[in-house]
Amino acid sequence: MTKNINIAHGNGGEENNDLIRSIFYKHFENDILAKSEDAAVIENGKLAFTTDSFTVSPLFFPGGDIGKLAVCGTCNDLAMMGAKPKYLTCSVIIEEGFSSYELEKIVRSMKKELELNGAMVVSGDTKVVPKGSVDKLFINTTGIGEIEYGGISAHALKEGASILVSRDVGSHGAAIFAAREGIELETSLKTDCASLYPEVRALMDAGIDIAAMRDATRGGVAAVLNEWAKSSDVCIEIEEEKIPVQEEVKGICEMLGFEAVNLANEGTFVLAVAGSDKERALEVLQKTHTSSTIIGTVTDLHRGRVILNSSWGTKRFLDLPSGELLPRIC
Amino acid sequence: MPLELKNLYDDFRDGRTLKAYARIIADDAAKLDRSINIMEVCGGHTHSIMKFGLPQLMPDNINFIHGPGCPVCIMPKERIDHAYVLAMQQDVILVTLGDMIKVPGSRGSLQDARSRGADVRFVYSPMECIKIAEQNPQKKVVYFAIGFETTTPMTAVLLEQVIKKRIPNIFFHINHVTVPEVMKELIDSRDVHVDSYNNNIDAFLGPSHVSVISGAKIYEKFPKDYGRPVVVSGFEPVDVMQGIAMIVRQFVEKRSELEIQYKRAVTYDGNLNSQRLINTYFDKVSLFRWRGLGNVPESGLKLKNEFAQYDAEVLFKDVLPIAEIEDHKLCICGDILRGMAKPTECTIFGTACKPSSPVGSCMVSSEGACAAYYKYGNLIL
Repeated sequence: MTKNINIAHGNGGEENNDLIRSIFYKHFENDILAKSEDAAVIENGKLAFTTDSFTVSPLFFPGGDIGKLAVCGTCNDLAMMGAKPKYLTCSVIIEEGFSSYELEKIVRSMKKELELNGAMVVSGDTKVVPKGSVDKLFINTTGIGEIEYGGISAHALKEGASILVSRDVGSHGAAIFAAREGIELETSLKTDCASLYPEVRALMDAGIDIAAMRDATRGGVAAVLNEWAKSSDVCIEIEEEKIPVQEEVKGICEMLGFEAVNLANEGTFVLAVAGSDKERALEVLQKTHTSSTIIGTVTDLHRGRVILNSSWGTKRFLDLPSGELLPRIC
Repeated sequence: MPLELKNLYDDFRDGRTLKAYARIIADDAAKLDRSINIMEVCGGHTHSIMKFGLPQLMPDNINFIHGPGCPVCIMPKERIDHAYVLAMQQDVILVTLGDMIKVPGSRGSLQDARSRGADVRFVYSPMECIKIAEQNPQKKVVYFAIGFETTTPMTAVLLEQVIKKRIPNIFFHINHVTVPEVMKELIDSRDVHVDSYNNNIDAFLGPSHVSVISGAKIYEKFPKDYGRPVVVSGFEPVDVMQGIAMIVRQFVEKRSELEIQYKRAVTYDGNLNSQRLINTYFDKVSLFRWRGLGNVPESGLKLKNEFAQYDAEVLFKDVLPIAEIEDHKLCICGDILRGMAKPTECTIFGTACKPSSPVGSCMVSSEGACAAYYKYGNLIL
């Protein structure tokens, strides 16, 4: 661990893992935490429990705002464990001088998203801090969900399983990056921010044999796949050209030197299903997003690693994203 | 049909075209009774070659040597310390381009400086400095300029605007370097510290974006005076494969010439306006120290004396450190950059030296050879 914590320690990749392991896991150590799933499974597998803080800048962006994000993020973490989101807490830290009109707008969009999930906020907290102590508004939500489909885990991937993505990847990260100060890019790109429980419900209703699900937030699809490969001690082979990426996202990646699989998503998930169920799972997912695709399989070629196969016969590692996402220079 | 962004890359990544070039290269290489080591000078090429797995498409007797053309990688630690010290000044906002903020000097990286309270910003275009300077009139905005011929004109345009608009609070720390000089150095050692580079470079793949500015002419001496063919090539995998095919064909036909693969944008003369701008504001420095390679004559630029009032190295002379800082003894970046070793031959590769804690120049930016090997695992797989 470095002496000071920097932005890269919050990237959802290598440095982030290092921070969590060397400080938090060290002191909080217990069996439930050690599983490091999207949400903790508690009460003998009956409930899923998770928390998430939201600090996005700008607060409003094409396709969503920090409020929608705060509900989607926590509800999606529950849904990814096969749980129905039920109860949430909402804790806000507000910078002195923040507009109450904007705050209400944000809370209204939280309510809309809660309804979509069939969940409610049952407890909350507000703090106002002096100007400069936070950047406008930070939100934390904690959620409890009822597990409807047990056994989903990052440790449950087996050889022969198929890997799917629920839609095209990278649009949230690309949209946020384009909306940031200092990057003068005009785009009609929208974030993918959305609640995933309805899609998960549909998969469960169709009786799909699900091994693992995870929404590809910070660190993107690359982080999810790497974590699974390590947790389950398998190799995940991905056909690179199968990964669905919108043209605009591709364009932004090309200009700035990013890879779409490293960009954050807020309404896109990766799932591992039994090989025999892959076509049926695809059919279910494509009802919501036609861009949903089967992108790879679980093998034993290089355990613990993710390999990208190109259409011209070469292979390379897809590594965990490291450092801060920064544009290339030339 | 209007031209879309994807037209600029989609077809240049076509699997069938790449396989076809692989066959052409293999057929021609089979006619040679020797190996050819091709140096891709530029880090962008290294990145492309590794990302698209091109070494896996090469016959045994065609090798890549990964050159020093990554502006972040070659920045010596003492100059990164300059950036760090400038950033830590109370009244300074330090502005630079992307990757630069990750690279550690002897006191830490700009990222570290930021976590210690410094105001460090990265921009996509240097022109953003004007906005930052206008919004912060009480601060000194120091643009830490880095990059090869490709980014130099942007710095020149910024300075032109600063003068024209009489913006009082933008200053420049210039670290621009030039490609042909370091290529020359690699095959024709003149550094007193090194007897002979004993390099293994047979031909060069020249970076197209440099030649968009400076023209293909800057490489003329290499095929003519040194017998090293140069093909100025684009960065997409099909561009690189075609460039390699053109180089191998030169060896088969026993030619040593300057050729342009990237005819889409490169001419012999280049962009004369940009060259004029560069010449208006910059002079060559007699020596620029490259991390991993040492002093290279006339390979860097500085502001002309008449623009000294905009020069952060002049303005902040009293606080900037001057001692040179060497890399770790176990680091073999110098040998890698000369084509005498591969990253995997380094004892600390992937162990003590990783992208998250780089020891030497080739690991510090995603465009460095070691970082590309680590990230993509070519040849390790």
